[in-house]
Amino acid sequence: MIEELRNEIISLLSKGVRLDGRAPDEYRPVVIETGVSKNAEGSAKVKIGETEVIAGVKLEIMTPYPDSADQGSLMVNVELFPMSSPEFESGPPDINSIELARITDRGIRESKCIDTKKLCITPGEKAWMVVIDVCTLNDAGNLFDAIALAATAALKSAVYPAYDGEKLDYKKKTSERLPLKGLPVTVTVFKYGDHFVVDPSSEEDKTYDARLTVSVLENGNICSLQKGGDEAVNTEDIFSMIDLARVKSKELRKFM
Amino acid sequence: MAYETRFDGRRFDEIRPIQAKAGIIKRAVGSGWFKIGNTEAYAAVYGPREMFPKFKQNPETGVLRCNYNMMPFSSAGERVRPGPSRRSKEIGMVTERALRPVLDLSEFPNAVVDVYIELPQTDAGTRCAGICAASIALADAGIPMKDMVCAISAGKVEDKILVDLNYEEDSHEQGVDIPVAVLHNSKQIALLQMDGEISPEDLRRAIELAKNASDQIYEAQKAALKDKFLLKE
Repeated sequence: MIEELRNEIISLLSKGVRLDGRAPDEYRPVVIETGVSKNAEGSAKVKIGETEVIAGVKLEIMTPYPDSADQGSLMVNVELFPMSSPEFESGPPDINSIELARITDRGIRESKCIDTKKLCITPGEKAWMVVIDVCTLNDAGNLFDAIALAATAALKSAVYPAYDGEKLDYKKKTSERLPLKGLPVTVTVFKYGDHFVVDPSSEEDKTYDARLTVSVLENGNICSLQKGGDEAVNTEDIFSMIDLARVKSKELRKFM
Repeated sequence: MAYETRFDGRRFDEIRPIQAKAGIIKRAVGSGWFKIGNTEAYAAVYGPREMFPKFKQNPETGVLRCNYNMMPFSSAGERVRPGPSRRSKEIGMVTERALRPVLDLSEFPNAVVDVYIELPQTDAGTRCAGICAASIALADAGIPMKDMVCAISAGKVEDKILVDLNYEEDSHEQGVDIPVAVLHNSKQIALLQMDGEISPEDLRRAIELAKNASDQIYEAQKAALKDKFLLKE
């Protein structure tokens, strides 16, 4: 069944089209809405076609880690809600949500878009911890890019809650934004036979040979990679996938 | 002390603005969205499908299973740790009890109907908003139902009986919160909880307020379903 679907996808791709009529390098319509959850310090809802995710940022006070006493910290968590797909089950995070969270975390962390030193309040004692939770509402393919996009959009919209040095008042938000610069944009490229595709639909998301998730900086450099899928790829494939990701990242960046 | 005007200026019998939609989660068999003031709930229905674990199967009838969850960033205070808590499990259970009286799952032996409720933003009244969204979602999914379930909290703040408490009222020192689920046609009550001190006379008045307000909820639920199913010109 999966094999038949894969063969159909490849035979269509050799004619330059996809199951839903899109071109191989074409995203579905992307919509980003920020400020969707009033209690969060920052939030964003991202739709890519019928895929829909919602991200929220909470800021907590932490004790800095001993090996980085002058820095705050970042945490990304992904919740694959059983609401969003018949394939997701209740329970502790499974390996798929852990991979999604870690890919998103690394994209943000390695872009150095958050100045973690500026998150420090008192070295060795107090610092801000930025917690980003991304929740899925509807999985119609390409959660990788939707989740990363929602996480960065929520981060960009976040403001500090009121803090007087002792008490944190989550009900009072300040107008001060997080110390951010140069956000990454994440694009995942999927390989079917000899063909490359972005933004897979639900069907395409089940049948790929390999995928490469690429986080791209504004200057075109890349700051994180993750290969997935059961098939190996050759070096030229990797660079074709990176090239496509860089081109598409410019398109996605316009929505931010 | 006397509570003269409500924190947000509403009349004591006035609910917050409500909005409702049906069919917003495409992967689900049915779905609903319900917003009351700043409290917002999504509900999605999957099934009837085979019940796992198998020992929970009932050869006589299908089983309703509800799961209530607050998104980690949805609360007015600190981040809510992901995953089930005692509170969320209890709310899942009372949600099942609120919905079960209107459902007929006898055609689906050994099956489960799963309802997932998720809250992206909360300002009290979350279990009621979840039940309102779930009722829309079950109707949207085409599950046999003999009534709609309309849930709203009523209660007391200081000396006043009122409906649809917001967070400030709910967390008030002299606040009494009473979530009520009303079956629209029969006007029977399928959810009733309370914490705080109240006289039987005041409780009766609070339930009356909830019943009156439930009609507005029903209209919003019906409009949401009509909006999805009526053919548009």
